[in-house]
Formats: sequence, C-alpha cells, structure tokens
Amino acid sequence: MKDLSLHILDIVQNSISAGATEIKISILENQGKDQYLIEITDNGRGINADDLGRVTDPFFTSRTTRKVGMGLPLLKQNAERTGGNMSISSTPGKGTSINAIFGLSNIDRPSMGDIGGTLAMLISSNPIIRFIYSHTTAAGSFKLDTNEVIEMLDGMSIASAPVYNFLKEMINENLMEIQFS
Amino acid sequence: MSQVKSLADLRKLKEDLQGKMSLREKSNHPESMVQVKVAMATCGIASGAKQVMDFFINEFDKRNIHAVVTQTGCMGYCYAEPTIEVTIPGQEPIVFGYVDTKKADEIIEKYIKNGELVEGIIPVKYQSIETNKENK
Repeated sequence: MKDLSLHILDIVQNSISAGATEIKISILENQGKDQYLIEITDNGRGINADDLGRVTDPFFTSRTTRKVGMGLPLLKQNAERTGGNMSISSTPGKGTSINAIFGLSNIDRPSMGDIGGTLAMLISSNPIIRFIYSHTTAAGSFKLDTNEVIEMLDGMSIASAPVYNFLKEMINENLMEIQFS
Repeated sequence: MSQVKSLADLRKLKEDLQGKMSLREKSNHPESMVQVKVAMATCGIASGAKQVMDFFINEFDKRNIHAVVTQTGCMGYCYAEPTIEVTIPGQEPIVFGYVDTKKADEIIEKYIKNGELVEGIIPVKYQSIETNKENK
C-alpha cells in the first residue's frame, strides 16, 4: 500500500464484510512517544479465537474467491518496519478492534495520503454505516461523525457526487489545519 | 486565505443542490440506473481502485449519467485488478479487468452510453483449473 489511508480503506472493508453498523477510526500522532497510532474498531460479528491467531497469516482468509488474505499481514509488516507493531482483539458477536502503531518520525512510515478521499468513498458507498473518524495531533484534533453529516443533509442522499467531493475537501482541509502527517 | 470548510457549509451546499436533486430523486430506482461496482479488496486497492472509483463518481456527475457507484469485495480476478462490474438496466452484469481511468472513460463512452462492448471483459464462465477439476 502506498500510504496509510489505503491501509485504512482496506482494513475497514473487513469491518464492512463483518456486517458492522458502526466503525470508529481513530488516529493519534503522539510526538512525546514518537508514535503514530491507528485504531479501527467495529461492532461486526467478530473473529473466533481459533481464527484470531491466523489472521496475520497471509495464507489465511475467510474468502472463498481466493486463497490469500494480505490486508492485515501488509499492515502488520508496514507497522513493524517502522519499529511499531499491530494487535487485534475481538469478541465474537461484539466486534473487532485493530491497533496499529507506527514510528511517527521513522523514515519508513508511509504518509497518511488522501484520507479525505478514503473516508468520503467509504461514507458514500455505505450510507447505512455510521463512521466516526477522529484525528489528533500536537496542533489540535478533528472529528467527523456521519450522524452529524446526515443531520446537516436533512433528508438529502449522502451518496451523491457533490456531497462526496465536499466531504473529501472538508476532511483534508481540516486535517491540514492540525498539520497532520 | 480561504476559510476551512465545516459541516455548516454542507447545509449551504444542500440548499444549492436541492433543485437539481429533486429531479434525480424521482428517477431514484436502483434497477433503472446504471450500476458500477468497483472491487475494493486488498488487491484492488493496491492496484489503484480508489482512483478509478473517484473517477466514476465524478464523471457520472459531470456527464449527467444517472448511476450508482459502490464498492464490492474481491471477485477472484486479482491478476486483473482493478476490476469493475457494470450493470446496465435490463442486462446481464459485465466484469471488466485492468480498469484504469483511461479504460474507465472508454467504458463510460462506449459501453454505458452506446452499449458497444470494449476490450478487457472477463468472461462469466471463467473457471480456474481447480474448479474445473472438481467438476470432472
């Protein structure tokens, strides 16, 4: 994956496949600890204990269309390459939480990339899922909850090109304000 | 310096669009609209499916084509990513492989607008060697 936003797009697809109705994506840029934390939590069907140990094995997947599953192994590899790690916790029936820690200033850490586009795309393709995004840096924080967006739209479809472009620009502009990296 | 957008601006955008939208709402039956599904699993994303989807969303709007663009999982054609599935109302879905923005433009202009088939179709009857063995 070229940047972190593509990893997020990829991992969130797992939550969508697991039937989640609420997906939280939280980013914390911790300069004190020199860590870049990405946490994705969903309320999907969860992963059973047997499979939980195998999800970072590239030759394990729940799909039947192919025999490899690279999403989590790639994220893990990228995190470890920057001196970080990745952990997963899950309760069947309750949901799953993915925690990836990257080295903030590590030269191998990919940049965030077009997270605005990623979120806008997820929101407009999955209008029934509530997405809660938060991003905190030393300069401040930004939060987006699709429930607030739906309230503002007051009946207008969230899945339209003008709304998609608006969200993309709004998210990216606000993140620039807090100097995200 | 221009103002950073906030959710309040979204309400303004909504009011601007209201007139234009109401027209669209009337024809808002998914089965009467062109449907494009972009395969967005790890393989698709790594090959650039995000740019392709962005292209479709914006081009349909610009070219005034009523279409629904959504994401789907991996269809098993990882070698041919990014892949998309296009359903024209009343017709069988067709899967296209190796879709970049140039190919996407061709698909909109030729297939979606005129029903002309373009190169890059993945046959529905395609079976991997293994599934063939199982059938024998």
